[in-house]
Amino acid sequence: MLAYVLKRVLMTIPVMVVVALFVFLLLRLSPGDPAAVIAGDYATAEDVAKIREKLGLSEPIIVQFWNWSLSLMQGDLGTSIFSNKPVTTLIAQRIEPTLLLALTTILFSIAVAVPLGTIAAFRAGRWMDRFVMLFSVGGFSIPVFVLGYMLIYTFALKLRWLPVQGYKSPFVEGLGPFLWHITLPTVTLSVIFIALIARMTRASVIEVLEEDYIRTARAKGQSEFKVLMRHALRNAAVPIVTVIGIGIALLIGGVVVTESVYNIPGLGRLVLDAVLARDYPIIQGLILFFSFVYILLNLAIDLTYTFLDPRIRY
Amino acid sequence: MAFIRLPRALMAAALAVPLAFGGLASTAQAETVMRVIPHADLKNLDPIWTTAYISRNHGYMIYDTLFAMDESFTPQPQMVDTWTTSDDGLVWTFVLRDGLKFHDGAPVTGEDVVASLNRWGQRDGMGQQLFANMASLEATDDKTVVMTLASPFGLVLESIGKISSNVPFIMPKRIAETDPFEQITEYIGSGPFVFQADEWVPGSMVVYTKFEDYVPRDEPASAAAGGKRALVDKVVWQYFPDNTTAMNALMAGEVDYFESPAPDLAPILAANPDITVEVNDPLGNIGFARFNHILPPFDDVEVRKAAIMAMKQEDYLAAGIGDPQFWKTCYSVYPCGTPLDNDAGSDLMATGDIEAAKAALAATGYDGTEVVIMQPTDVPVLSAFSLVTGEKLRNAGFNVKMEAMDWATLTSRRALRDPVGEGGWNMFHTWWIGADVIDPMAIAFSGNPDAGWFGWPTDAELEEARSGFATATSAEEKLALATKAQERLWAIGASGQLGQFFTPVAYRNNVKGLIKSPVQFFWNMSVE
Repeated sequence: MLAYVLKRVLMTIPVMVVVALFVFLLLRLSPGDPAAVIAGDYATAEDVAKIREKLGLSEPIIVQFWNWSLSLMQGDLGTSIFSNKPVTTLIAQRIEPTLLLALTTILFSIAVAVPLGTIAAFRAGRWMDRFVMLFSVGGFSIPVFVLGYMLIYTFALKLRWLPVQGYKSPFVEGLGPFLWHITLPTVTLSVIFIALIARMTRASVIEVLEEDYIRTARAKGQSEFKVLMRHALRNAAVPIVTVIGIGIALLIGGVVVTESVYNIPGLGRLVLDAVLARDYPIIQGLILFFSFVYILLNLAIDLTYTFLDPRIRY
Repeated sequence: MAFIRLPRALMAAALAVPLAFGGLASTAQAETVMRVIPHADLKNLDPIWTTAYISRNHGYMIYDTLFAMDESFTPQPQMVDTWTTSDDGLVWTFVLRDGLKFHDGAPVTGEDVVASLNRWGQRDGMGQQLFANMASLEATDDKTVVMTLASPFGLVLESIGKISSNVPFIMPKRIAETDPFEQITEYIGSGPFVFQADEWVPGSMVVYTKFEDYVPRDEPASAAAGGKRALVDKVVWQYFPDNTTAMNALMAGEVDYFESPAPDLAPILAANPDITVEVNDPLGNIGFARFNHILPPFDDVEVRKAAIMAMKQEDYLAAGIGDPQFWKTCYSVYPCGTPLDNDAGSDLMATGDIEAAKAALAATGYDGTEVVIMQPTDVPVLSAFSLVTGEKLRNAGFNVKMEAMDWATLTSRRALRDPVGEGGWNMFHTWWIGADVIDPMAIAFSGNPDAGWFGWPTDAELEEARSGFATATSAEEKLALATKAQERLWAIGASGQLGQFFTPVAYRNNVKGLIKSPVQFFWNMSVE
């Protein structure tokens, strides 16, 4: 097991190298020049050239890549072209809102979706099942920003129960303000994950309910609740955990829109702003960071399988 | 109603939780805070290194200037107490006011002024012209700076008192000695607010606090001039990437001031009795359709003129801005309502007559060369302008190709002088804030392709009028030369003028003391 974990961690290194190379080349080959953005409307071509030179962007691409790689190996993700702040500082400033939004979303989604999917499976074909499936289709279909605006209009502007926007740190402002501000973004972002996880839970539980051991459990006179919780749900867990893992990965994309709609200063918005301004070091640093998180997430999910299904060994 | 009662109880519980956790810092405070949604994210803190308007506005918060434009666009002393000019107009002596202090407590000296102007003069267009005419600039004592010109220059005060980017802000000497093509790393000025570096979160929040030691002038505030009185303890700029969320936050009272709401949101905001929507910038913005003068088909002046004839300002403004209360037609190349406003030579595009444009194009022998229009889809106003031009030119007989891209791509591509097949272009659209095109010295009006603006028109007569304007000393002479420059701009079909439009500001009714100006200032403003 330990050897497996070590092997997987070591395997991240070549993956990260490929990601780094790919990201670097993709950015340099795409149109847009940060020096031109900085220089603005009044600049002459000479001004733009001088800024490019100062930023090190007039060096051959291979030299730029080498310099960046050297810094990376020392744990330095570079410095933002525009704000002049280290990328690591910018990530550190933004990671908390994104991480906590992702966490609350996943927890809320699991808390709602797993029971919903299980009940739907148990009542397959009845109105409850149809309701859950209808909700799932709706959840998949509605764009995050539309749902966000609808919730803001209803709960923030009309009823005034919750704030329109913003983020409050639980470590600075306290848990109350944090929960007050994170509720609407969490619900908004959760809907699609609830739909995804509920559908997968339903399908998985229905499949398990057909198994012989379920029939045996029932024949032994166990209550339906026990059959469902002790036998069906536990055996259906592996595909559910897989889809939750995929969901967390999808969240990385989902937070961009949610953070914009709710004005949460997280990593999603940092990516968006950096792309629009062609702030190469931030884009490179964040994609590497996200890739690393993604790899670790996959490893964590794989390891979770061993706890859920003793037959799985690494 | 029970439906409402329950969540309120929950809300009360939620509010009680932080007390239990001891994390809420909202003890009773007398501090007054103005919460502002700025027009853009403050990405960069050096207003000399970049021309971004948001960096300029940041500059006005923390720095001061020697001179500043008042609301009639006349330079008035700001940091300067008295000044004299020699009879031949070549030697200018400036004496600083008493009590000027930087945020670190150091006094502002002549050495700081010299270093700051030197740095600015290497980046700003007007600054470069001023320094090209300058023999020396030196501090003769702690409070006195002497500028000696090599030849007469009629825009000395207009240059060092210019209102928009790059503004000659005064920084401490050690900071101003930074290479002008590198960013400063220390943010200390002598302006009415202090930048709180520790609280700056790029992409989200900027915090300024009142500079207690700032000594404002006695005169009332007038645009950038007059007394700068900080009437709140703290100004917080909270950037909103989404205009709708910004509008919702203002309506919910979570912010006080929204600097630049999209015009289509203005009616919704105006319908709210707690909110005032008004135009605060008397000059607004001037739309431009820019031709590439060095590539066919727009290397032919008659083809450019035919294209301009097809343009009708009303159509552009209706498509890009919408509500007519926020735009007006303006055929002067200088903003309408400013001292140099005139209509010389503007008959070319006053009608937007497609049939006349068609006939004019046919007469040029246009061979159907493709016209590539760069359309920045992430800037709604410019995207709409591009689409209108595409349609107008097609109707006039041009072979048009629209190329969609984001603004960052456009800004780098427009710098290319290569043929279209190798990344070049034929047209793009932009706007200038009125204050930036107030006279012929604006780079937008250059007729020198080597030092000029993207599109690179060439016209010796235009350049002659512009240089004459720079050295002219009387108002009559300046008006005559500005009119001449405008005639040449139309005669060579430099650009299409797309009219004047105004971005409203929106604020909660408890905000008082707005200053009418093309630039957003936060002194003199209070939150009641």
